[in-house]
Amino acid sequence: MSNALNVRTMAECLASGEVPEVLFWVGCSGSFDDRARKITRALVKILNAANVKFAVLGTEETCTGDPAKRAGNEFLFQMQAMQNIQVLNAYEVKKIVTACPHCFNTIKNEYPELGGNYEVMHHTQFIQSLISEGKLKLKEGGEFKGKRITFHDPCYLGRANDVYEAPRELIQKLDVELVEMKRCKQKGFCCGAGGAQMFKEAEPGNKEVNVERTEEALALQPQVIATGCPFCNTMMTDGVKNFNKENDVKVLDVAELIANAADL
Amino acid sequence: MMSIENIAFIALFVTAVTLFTLKIREIIANIRMGQAIDRSGNASERWKTMLLVAFGQKKMFSRPLPAVLHLAVYVGFVIINIELLEIIIDGATGSHRALSFLGGFYNLLIASFEVLAFLVIVACVIFLARRNIVKVARFHYREMTSFPKSDANLILIAEVLMMSAFLIMNASDLILQGRGVEHFTVAGAFPISQFLVPMMDGMSEGALVLLERACWWFHIIGIFALLNYLPYSKHFHIVLAFPNTYFSNLSAKGRLTNPESVTREVKLMFDPTADPYAAPADTNGAVQRFGAKDVPDLTWKQLLDAYTCTECGRCSSSCPANQTGKLLSPRKIMMDTRDRMEEIRTNIKKHGQDHNDGKSLLGDYITAEEIWACTSCNACVQECPVNIDPLGIIIDLRRYLVMEESKAPTELAGMFTNIENNGAPWQFSPADRINWANETN
Ligand code: SF4
Ligand code: SF4
Repeated sequence: MSNALNVRTMAECLASGEVPEVLFWVGCSGSFDDRARKITRALVKILNAANVKFAVLGTEETCTGDPAKRAGNEFLFQMQAMQNIQVLNAYEVKKIVTACPHCFNTIKNEYPELGGNYEVMHHTQFIQSLISEGKLKLKEGGEFKGKRITFHDPCYLGRANDVYEAPRELIQKLDVELVEMKRCKQKGFCCGAGGAQMFKEAEPGNKEVNVERTEEALALQPQVIATGCPFCNTMMTDGVKNFNKENDVKVLDVAELIANAADL
Repeated sequence: MMSIENIAFIALFVTAVTLFTLKIREIIANIRMGQAIDRSGNASERWKTMLLVAFGQKKMFSRPLPAVLHLAVYVGFVIINIELLEIIIDGATGSHRALSFLGGFYNLLIASFEVLAFLVIVACVIFLARRNIVKVARFHYREMTSFPKSDANLILIAEVLMMSAFLIMNASDLILQGRGVEHFTVAGAFPISQFLVPMMDGMSEGALVLLERACWWFHIIGIFALLNYLPYSKHFHIVLAFPNTYFSNLSAKGRLTNPESVTREVKLMFDPTADPYAAPADTNGAVQRFGAKDVPDLTWKQLLDAYTCTECGRCSSSCPANQTGKLLSPRKIMMDTRDRMEEIRTNIKKHGQDHNDGKSLLGDYITAEEIWACTSCNACVQECPVNIDPLGIIIDLRRYLVMEESKAPTELAGMFTNIENNGAPWQFSPADRINWANETN
């Protein structure tokens, strides 16, 4: 496994006169968080395997401003947005793929009004298109064949943007048993990270939101809890640890499942 | 000839309609306190949303049992009100069953009213049981204090009584028709009230006429009373569900507004050639706040939302914060907004337009603890059967706390600083942003 990744920055592409077909927006979590960096690498492996001409902004990327906006700091959000839009427009970016539903939502829905108009795809949608165009082949009977997997809907992918099927169709390609929680799709229950909660302690209550959600997932006795958001991943991983189940149940991103099934 | 009964009816009718109109004008004035927001355009999509969500009650059906029961009450309510037309003609002119010239169709109408009346009674009794015996959890959260609880029960009981009066009236009428009593034209079909006949058959003609009249008056006074009670009650949604869904937010739920006022200032910072003294285009002299502290800072749509709220609690019962014991309840956000609007109106009536009672929505009604518990998950928005958006209000209140009062929770203030200094919500060096590309795993 683990060959070196082939990653180019927009600056490098510009210097060599290449025009990448898509920009991979990595996001802060995917760039800095130890666990999320693995998801980033899994996605890049997929992009490499499918020979996608992509680039990242690298050190020119900066927070989309989503957590600031949701926490009420509209100034900071718009400062971040304008800065990012200046960079993206300077590189004449047309299409963006990201593995973070928060970045996805913000760039897709909140940047246009501020002058940033791009076609934005969540990585599950993008991977799905790679498979249907025949650019990415999955091997029969990967490691997860026959396993019980449940999918936790990220709020910013599901309700916020009505994407429910792309991640599920990918999971089903793995020949697994996809089991749904009672609260799924439109009724999906939050992991507790959104709205800037990730960055603060919860208000007093009688339970942590991620514990409530993980409990619901564990009741299905899955071997894998799949999700499509680095923040959900953190929250569900912590939840699984809370129930001392980390040896029995893995929390994985859909990109990691696919990378595995493509033997990458 | 006008009888005293006709005159009494007309007086009652005019009073009821006048009082209702006055209250409606007051509510329109309240909603107009709100800020501008553009919800015009895309009319065909808007009509479609209204037809599906308000008229077709599409979102109710994600919970089938209450949906079916509610549909019975709703259809009953709408259809039986056709009967109102006849009641008004009979009441004003002294005729009896003025529409009976419709013949077979009239019989069909009366028969369907009866069946619906029966279904309404059944549904209301089940609803009462769900609230008071089964005690469905969402009807008993913290914000369901005495008025909201009795508001719901009162209307349900009133519906049962009015529908019963309607059926008893028809039963007496049927007996009187059978006895060939003058004035009681033979008309109508009575599939439900016929079963009441054996119980009442022994009564004298005089008693029956009295009973028929008493039920008729009870029914119509009930309707007028209900009409004027509606604007004070959660049941106002039977009117406002229509405009409220028409003016729904049609963009993706994840999209929050980018306030103009902020964009202007940020653009100035990015554009050194801009004229900082250029007059802002759309604020006619009034000081504009960032975010919302009180009801007039919200948009008219958010205020319309508040009057439309049915207090059903679907939002709160799916809210992750609420369901894990936090103080936040999206239903309470809507109820507080409405209560505060009414309070401001009372103040204006008592002390004049510019009275300041020193209170505000944020602080006196909704606390910071409540709004900081929100994960912006949109479950409340998704669940609401009449397309209300509690999240928008929560974000506007946060904006006020952060941008006007710098009162963000400490950890969030730290997160802001990190974004400003490092371009990420955590304290990492921007230079390390692409280190992942060189790792092995
Ligand atoms: S958006 Fe906020 S208020 Fe609405 S359900 Fe989610 S956490 Fe609760
Ligand atoms: S906001 Fe909507 S879901 Fe919540 S109580 Fe009101 S009507 Fe029900």
